[in-house]
Amino acid sequence: MSWTTEQLAGLVEPDRAHRKAYTDPEIFDLEMERIFERTWIYVGHESQVKNPGDYYLAQVGRQPVVMVRDQQDQVHVLFNRCPHRGAQLCSARQGNAGNHFYCSYHAWTFHLDGKLESMPAKHGYDGTNLDFEDPEFHVSRPARTDNYRGFWFASLSEEGVDLKTHLGESAAAFDQLIDRAPGKETEIVGSCFRMIQQSNWKIFLENQLDSSHPGVTHESIGKAAQHLENKIREDGRDVPMELAFLSDFARLGHDGWTKFGTVGYRNGHSSLEGYMGLRPDDPDTNEYVRLMYEAYGEEKAEEILGINIHHMLVYPCMSIQPPLQQLRSIRPLGPDRTLTEIWHFRLKDAPEAIYRRSLAYYYLVNSPSTMVNADDLFNWWKCQHGLESSASEWVSFHRNAGQDIDKDGITHSAPESMSEMPLRHMMHAWREYMTAGAGD
Amino acid sequence: MADIAQLLADRDALAIADVSADTQRAAEQFLYRQAELLDEKQWDEWLALFTDDGFYWMPAEEDQTEGDGQPNIFWEDQDLMLMRVARNEHPHAHSQAPHNRLCHVVSNVLVESEEPNGDLIVRSRFHCAEYLRYEVRNFTGKYRHYLRKTDDGFKIAVQRVDLVNREGPYEYVLQWWL
Ligand code: FES
Ligand SMILES: [Fe+2]
Repeated sequence: MSWTTEQLAGLVEPDRAHRKAYTDPEIFDLEMERIFERTWIYVGHESQVKNPGDYYLAQVGRQPVVMVRDQQDQVHVLFNRCPHRGAQLCSARQGNAGNHFYCSYHAWTFHLDGKLESMPAKHGYDGTNLDFEDPEFHVSRPARTDNYRGFWFASLSEEGVDLKTHLGESAAAFDQLIDRAPGKETEIVGSCFRMIQQSNWKIFLENQLDSSHPGVTHESIGKAAQHLENKIREDGRDVPMELAFLSDFARLGHDGWTKFGTVGYRNGHSSLEGYMGLRPDDPDTNEYVRLMYEAYGEEKAEEILGINIHHMLVYPCMSIQPPLQQLRSIRPLGPDRTLTEIWHFRLKDAPEAIYRRSLAYYYLVNSPSTMVNADDLFNWWKCQHGLESSASEWVSFHRNAGQDIDKDGITHSAPESMSEMPLRHMMHAWREYMTAGAGD
Repeated sequence: MADIAQLLADRDALAIADVSADTQRAAEQFLYRQAELLDEKQWDEWLALFTDDGFYWMPAEEDQTEGDGQPNIFWEDQDLMLMRVARNEHPHAHSQAPHNRLCHVVSNVLVESEEPNGDLIVRSRFHCAEYLRYEVRNFTGKYRHYLRKTDDGFKIAVQRVDLVNREGPYEYVLQWWL
């Protein structure tokens, strides 16, 4: 079938969404067209291409792109496609292209801003329509590319709001990734962890701000971490702070997550307010706060550290945990396959212990050997398969429905709840994206 | 253990030591037994293979010379290994139901060096099939063991595991060591 605007709109109701939104291949194609190949999609951070010639591959919707730094130190985002016969110009995920892109098929070369430079036996094009000045023969670039403080994005549509407007309140997550550094800069650490989820991209986003799941899903690692904490204590050793990242799951239990509010912003973004590791009171954190005071002055430093975001979802393609410097990009591969790339950042001039703490989170929660996301991944896979059943056509978002608090275009979850507000909020945004300009 | 990680990185990766047949055999038996303990999920014995300050290490990058302070796929001491066992064996470890099965083949065992104190650096190759959720995944790679000679026989000071498919993408994550 092909979906009409009306039918698409009918997939989302105030407190539930239709299972087809998660399972239907045609809907997936429409999502790529109307969301991922239209709005602003994250490409990468400038520190991934530190030196001239450095490049890094990414994907915008279904399309391969490359982020590259040219010899004049300008960062460009280009399609990873040779204008001759279509070969990908870069095939390693990351590398250095030197002074120019060299296509391995027929040796056309391009400047790093995409302009056609040369090719062997050039005279073969004499008298043809090939024109060195014609952008048709340059490595082409997405309709719009822009960056927010070094975080690069692309949009494949000429139309739509600019990046800053699109990000709106969610830009605070990027600000936090930079401003929390006493040295006022942030830098990618190593390369990313890449994991495939055998489930729909929306299931992932919904999970990230679902505060009714951690105590249940992560009970086993919570208990195991508590067990280890006790053993370490019995041995008379100091319990490493980062174990609390895990034992909190057990401490808060199934229903202790009501103190963490959620907020829904324009364009589908949303956030979870602080828990874990925001501002513990220990010597390392205190030393870090001292350095922040030194760098920014007390008032400004307090303002930066006081921002209450544990987790920000930048719709539709990112999940960011600024207090722990983790950033994840979401690349949907199919209705039931999603690639995530997880990055960790280092705050310039922050004490080593602060880096170690976020590194521990990166390892314990987000690495390929995580015992936390392992159980999430399995639940998402189970949801994906469960939704193949027509037993019910609907996915329920009823928790605290009707109690969301709207203020100036921003939605807050009901106080002291584990509200499914963010799930409703994102699906309502989804309906907007999917029906905007559709059916014409 | 940073020093031993560095030592493994610095050593000639093609070195072969001229060791006695007994030493060669002891190294092989050690590796085969380790694989058996893992495949048979004998966790107390597995943990006892490592020194008290030993590490199981799977680097995230090929040219990594340190585990400490770096992103790793695995970097686990006795504490974290114990936690992994406790978690994976917990009845509510949803992703571990049904339990996986691992099957290792370890081969190409070469003793790289024999220290004056009897410690060994041993290089080998492995293949591991994991049966999980009724599907098989394959992992393969290189082991390098720093085996410390103790009164109790050899113990692992550092085991470095270089997966050939280390960059992923990972279809699902790794819950047990390989
Ligand atoms: S396809 Fe690139 S030079 Fe021919
Ligand atoms: Fe989770």
